[in-house]
Amino acid sequence: MVVQTPNGFTLDDSGQRIVVDPVTRIEGHMRCEVNVDENNMITNAVSTGTMWRGLEVILKGRDPRDAWAFTERICGVCTGTHALTSVRAVEDALGIEIPENANSIRNIMQLNLQIHDHIVHFYHLHALDWVNPVNALRADPKATSELQQAVSPSHPLSSPGYFRDVQNRLKAFVESGQLGIFKNGYWDNPAYLLPPEADLMATTHYLEALDLQKDIAKIHTIFGGKNPHPNWLVGGVPCPINVHSTGAVGAINMERLNMVSSIIDKCIEFNKNVYIPDVIAIGGFYKNWLYGGGLSSQACLAYGDIPEHANNFEADQLYLPRGAITNGDLSTVHEVDVRDPEQIQEFVDHSWYEYGEPGRGLHPWDGVTEPRFELGPNFEGTKTNIQKIDEAAKYSWIKAPRWRGNAMEVGPLARYVVGYASGHEEITDQVTGLLRTMDLPVDALFSTLGRTAARALEGEYCGRLQKYFFDKLVANINAGDESTANVAKWEPSTWPKSAKGVGMTEAPRGALGHWVHIADERIENYQCVVPTTWNGSPRDSQGNIGAFEAALMNTKMERPEEPVEILRTLHSFDPCLACSTHVMSPDGEELTSVKVR
Amino acid sequence: MSQIETFYDVMRKQGITRRSFMKYCSLTASALGLGPAFVPKIAHAMETKQRTPVIWVNGLECTCCSESFIRGAHPLAKDVVLSMISLDYSHVLMAAAGHAAEAAFEEAIAEHKGNYILAVEGNPPLNEDGMFCINAGKPFVEQLRHAAEGAKAVIAWGACASYGCVQAAKPNPTQATPIHKVITDKPIIRIPGCPPIAEVMTGVITYMLTFDRLPELDRQGRPAMFYGQRIHDKCYRRPHFDAGQFVEQWDDEYARKGYCLYKVGCKGPTTYNACSTVRWNEGTSFPIQSGHGCIGCSEDGFWDQGSFYNRVTDITQFGVEANADQVGMAAAGVVGGGVAIHAAVSALKSAQKKTQTQVSENEEA
Repeated sequence: MVVQTPNGFTLDDSGQRIVVDPVTRIEGHMRCEVNVDENNMITNAVSTGTMWRGLEVILKGRDPRDAWAFTERICGVCTGTHALTSVRAVEDALGIEIPENANSIRNIMQLNLQIHDHIVHFYHLHALDWVNPVNALRADPKATSELQQAVSPSHPLSSPGYFRDVQNRLKAFVESGQLGIFKNGYWDNPAYLLPPEADLMATTHYLEALDLQKDIAKIHTIFGGKNPHPNWLVGGVPCPINVHSTGAVGAINMERLNMVSSIIDKCIEFNKNVYIPDVIAIGGFYKNWLYGGGLSSQACLAYGDIPEHANNFEADQLYLPRGAITNGDLSTVHEVDVRDPEQIQEFVDHSWYEYGEPGRGLHPWDGVTEPRFELGPNFEGTKTNIQKIDEAAKYSWIKAPRWRGNAMEVGPLARYVVGYASGHEEITDQVTGLLRTMDLPVDALFSTLGRTAARALEGEYCGRLQKYFFDKLVANINAGDESTANVAKWEPSTWPKSAKGVGMTEAPRGALGHWVHIADERIENYQCVVPTTWNGSPRDSQGNIGAFEAALMNTKMERPEEPVEILRTLHSFDPCLACSTHVMSPDGEELTSVKVR
Repeated sequence: MSQIETFYDVMRKQGITRRSFMKYCSLTASALGLGPAFVPKIAHAMETKQRTPVIWVNGLECTCCSESFIRGAHPLAKDVVLSMISLDYSHVLMAAAGHAAEAAFEEAIAEHKGNYILAVEGNPPLNEDGMFCINAGKPFVEQLRHAAEGAKAVIAWGACASYGCVQAAKPNPTQATPIHKVITDKPIIRIPGCPPIAEVMTGVITYMLTFDRLPELDRQGRPAMFYGQRIHDKCYRRPHFDAGQFVEQWDDEYARKGYCLYKVGCKGPTTYNACSTVRWNEGTSFPIQSGHGCIGCSEDGFWDQGSFYNRVTDITQFGVEANADQVGMAAAGVVGGGVAIHAAVSALKSAQKKTQTQVSENEEA
């Protein structure tokens, strides 16, 4: 059957059906089904979120000051970003203003997450879609060294001996016969295009990045006590500052600040010397693989983040841009108001939830959800052994959020498209610089590799911002301000009887919002609309497909039974499924009795 | 066999001398509380052992355990994965997906029957016939049971696998269930925490590889070496508790001086974990050091014990507040301080016992 979607895609489910379940190297659980035609071109794509945890049900009736800890556990990969969104939502509801230092520290922590997450994503979740570690065994270490010095003259780890050592180690690993995480990879697939030397260089950086990421995370540990899952505080940050007097060793002191500063520098160096050069080098070999654009040239959404000043979330005060692009019109960047009930709405016609009436969309403050797991008439298998999904019916634990009815892409590429379209200076400089270096037109941005490149550029930009906010923090301390928390409204007795608030961030994977309703000192309602809910959304009542599905369309597969291309494009979004699947029952009813019909 | 890269090979390749290697072995021995007689055994194991197969499965969770695991500093995550274990199945890190991933899973189970370690991150939801967490079209609980059958031992990573964690907090809409209720015929080592400390995770694995046996476990199935003491017992702010010096409010003068966080809700007195000794992220800090109280994330049901900012007095059957205030008064008056402290500690001990007894009773139910 051939269907035309309102957002411009032609779906044809007549060809061979390919199932990928589990999709690995992501956070959480996900299934993907596609149809391919006789030329192995993808003609239909179905993205299914395969987990649901019910966190918002659990939040109901709790102390709103605790919500950050619950919501932080939505995701341990983008750890901290939900917590920040949560404290912002509660502060918004209760009218709490945080001190300037708290804003700087929060920004440093959020930027630290972006930098950490982007590096881990590229090297440990995404690289194996492009890089073949088995092929690296055939590399000439001397030629690898020359390649390294050519793409990144400043990177100190570049000698032939260094690459020979890594290669020997890989060789011993492969020849042991215990392939571990590389087992059953698609290493003979012609989709892998790198020469052995580039494979060896990139595999080496996989290991370097693995070592580095444990150090990057220490900034969270300094300010929040641990990583994953650092601690946060409604009203500011929990870490006090004391750089001058007795007891300084019990607080953020000079030694702690020095450690933060040195990690910031390390990140900047790595992004400059390794991450960006790798993306350019690897991307150079895949220049003709320009699939995966999906919605990115059509519809992008960003809430913006990293406020210059505490408590000011005006769009022009944010370092990461806010705005929406629709209908492929980059000349107009729409304003985004997350409080407007007409703008953001969630639909569940194809999700395993029930609203009571079809085609209904609800703003998160009015969010209603009851799980209803039912498989459509054309699914194949049994309830507990699904062979084929029926996408004409309900088919995902992910809801379908829409902005003014449009399916939107969120994430690094969406932020960069919005930034580019709105003339954001740093972003425009980075984008034009990269395109010039790689000799590519602007349209090349709207692709799987464009998404991957935008993430790398953003990591680099965030490194600079992190340094800026570190300097700002030190300058403010030097000016005599050591305050980190505002406790005037800490006690629940000071709160209004009923209050609503919203918190926004740009998580590594995209626009993230939490909507909270507080009544009688307790959480009355809590809703999260998270990046992977946008990107991984199923079809809506109008038939619009979501960003994952759109990006997979019209991709040529080398071997349909080996889903390298599917993984490339899905991974380019950095899916986070634990984030995306959520629900809130408005009346707090027991959901445990819901049964399939 | 000469092709197998052992842990010793790895260390030599990183430029470590034989002498330093032996020193490492003796440090490891002492870190694990073992005598010098064990040093040659550790050395021998590291020189000769093949990599132990590990199958790592994920249920309902947030992946913080995997993330913590790769933060490991000693040993480094890359050395664990390349040279100490054979991570034959891991959603998070493996190259293969879909059918190829499932094949790797089945092959690992068949090839290493009775010899692999099953590491479980997350837990199975049992409502909706298990379909709140689907893997390869089937309920995750099926994959979990299947993997457990041939496992030599099972590690329950983190609070999710050990106790249920956040998705099992009331009202637990998916009926997220700790793994010991599903796997009943295998030894399960619980490594609780949200997440556990990286070096505790790798420490447990290296212990098992080195000594080829399970670590000594406490009544709750946790390794005694890391979970035998409360955070409070080894907290560097403990002298402030004993002296009655408390943070009264966030960012007050006492917070800046690093006083005890008990009054702003620290759960260190009732939480068994290694945070105050091993610390986090290569010993960089831990929650209390960074100014926020412990939220008790390695304890069973910590989500349902009231607000994180309530004093531990509010925890069921916990009666320490009076004692803590006594401590403060006594310290001010000097006389009798020691007695009051002793009383406080005793109260903590008995309260903890009660809480734990109650927990295990609940578990039985």
